[in-house]
Amino acid sequence: MEVVTTTNGMELVYQKPSTLTDTPFHYCPGCGHGVVHKLLMEVVEEMGIQEQTIGIAPVGCSVFAYNYMNVDMQEAAHGRAAAVATGVKRVFPDKYVFSYQGDGDLAAIGTGETIHTANRGENILVVFINNAIYGMTGGQMAPTTLLGMVTSTTPFGRQQAVMGFPLKITDLIAQLPGAYYVTRQAVHTTNAVRKTKKALRLALEYQPRKKGICFVEVVSNCPSGWKMTPVESNAWMERNMFPMYPLGDLKVPQ
Amino acid sequence: MNQKKEPPRLMKGNEALAEAALRAGLQAYFGYPITPQSEILEYLTEHGAKRGAVVLQAESELAAINMVYGAAGAGARAMTSSSSPGISLMQEGLSYMTSAQLPCLVVNVSRGGPGLGTIQPAQSDYFQATKGGGHGDYHLIVLAPSSVQEMADFVFDAFRLSEKYRNPAMILADGALGQMMEKVSLPAEGSLPPGDKPWATVGKPASRERNIITSLFIEPERMEEVNLHLQKKYHEIQQEVRYEEIETNDAEILLVAFGLAARIAQKAVELAREKGIKAGLLRPITLYPFPSQIIASLSRKVISFLVVEMNAGQMVEDVRLAVAGGRPVAFKGRMGGMIPSPEEVLEEIVSIAESYRIPAV
Repeated sequence: MEVVTTTNGMELVYQKPSTLTDTPFHYCPGCGHGVVHKLLMEVVEEMGIQEQTIGIAPVGCSVFAYNYMNVDMQEAAHGRAAAVATGVKRVFPDKYVFSYQGDGDLAAIGTGETIHTANRGENILVVFINNAIYGMTGGQMAPTTLLGMVTSTTPFGRQQAVMGFPLKITDLIAQLPGAYYVTRQAVHTTNAVRKTKKALRLALEYQPRKKGICFVEVVSNCPSGWKMTPVESNAWMERNMFPMYPLGDLKVPQ
Repeated sequence: MNQKKEPPRLMKGNEALAEAALRAGLQAYFGYPITPQSEILEYLTEHGAKRGAVVLQAESELAAINMVYGAAGAGARAMTSSSSPGISLMQEGLSYMTSAQLPCLVVNVSRGGPGLGTIQPAQSDYFQATKGGGHGDYHLIVLAPSSVQEMADFVFDAFRLSEKYRNPAMILADGALGQMMEKVSLPAEGSLPPGDKPWATVGKPASRERNIITSLFIEPERMEEVNLHLQKKYHEIQQEVRYEEIETNDAEILLVAFGLAARIAQKAVELAREKGIKAGLLRPITLYPFPSQIIASLSRKVISFLVVEMNAGQMVEDVRLAVAGGRPVAFKGRMGGMIPSPEEVLEEIVSIAESYRIPAV
């Protein structure tokens, strides 16, 4: 590999991908969004597909994803990112299309669009950030909130008798014949970050095969919403989220 | 618009509209079944793909309008169609599209409401169509056909206007216009060339900044700028106003009606003339922009107005605003899918004439 030196003579070992803008992330310290944004854009840069990539931002914490991702983007109404992505992909079947959505957007208000887009086998990538909470609006219960978990709308903990069960929507997606590649990853350790990047790379590499939807869930933390330090939130996530949302591939191409 | 047209044939309104859409260069259609517009979806699923259009039956009207958002944002000439309850479901998407300045055509083959209502024709979506319909300060460009011929012709006008102003356009028809068969001369294919859309999300080349389609402007100063821009646009759109005048020259009682109601009103005007009553008809063709100026100017010539609608009285409010108290404005409406007969309307005309002692010739 070519060694690049910086102006002060030091060897350049890492730089921000050109597919990320210079806008500083608005995300809270310790949040997984920034890492996933960066990984996704690194993959776009490494694959050399910036000119062929169109992204869809959701409503939620990542509503401003288009401020950071240096690709053509559309901002969708709450829950409708998969429908918007469908519209783009049907017009440009040979371009790369992804949606980037949180749990409230994808698994509550947008459940219908999520399921049907997957069931049609739309050849898009869905990046699903699951932090079990509505972060943007101040930490309300999400469909993926764990039983007993305290949020601003489950102040005594999520009770199954009242609010039902955490929705494992990725497991549902994996059952659909329209799904081609379904995996659940995390970004809380270096190793996990590497695996997530690999999953995103595979998902985009699969897209030209036109075999169906590629669905990458990233189990993530929400230090602000969970009212923890970043370190505490990652430990809490490992202890409580991973048993409910175990990491690994749910469906791989046959 | 001067268009080459084919010899007339007999077609259903919905099918004429769908065929016209393909001839107008439709690139992407997303729809959901609902009576009385399903023939549009059916026709396009049968004929669209082989003529190069993306056609997809969505899982809901919510999905359909957001697929239109995506396709329009990608630069495609995009369209959806539905009927009243389905159009209600699309209002969020339309609000987003006006803010994001995306052109598209939405067809409302409307039916009686409120609620699930009836599948019979009505005009009770006038407020929703012309005043915005969703949240925020915006308008759709609204065209109201009154014949199968106009169901076809207005597709071209709606696409042209929506792309010129980067604003969604609506064709507000009704169940009768959608279902009835009439003679129609279809415009030739390819007479509406695709426009330049440098703002579309087609993939970012190195040579330009990324394109962003969004309706989110979180700083109030910026959001106000966007609103001011929209308002400036709506001011410019006023120049696109269209209407038809029938027997208005010497009219003493001026009827105002759009769409199907205008055809009934026109017949009533004929019947009134036979009785020697000088009645006339103004038919708004664009409901937004609304032909306020011509109504204001005619109000200085006529004695009284009669607005005829298939609703409880919606457009009549815009007529009264235009007349500004200068003349009485009466209203005749039927609701819930009932269509007024020309004789019913004539009775109103006669009663107005008698109250002003307008002499019969």
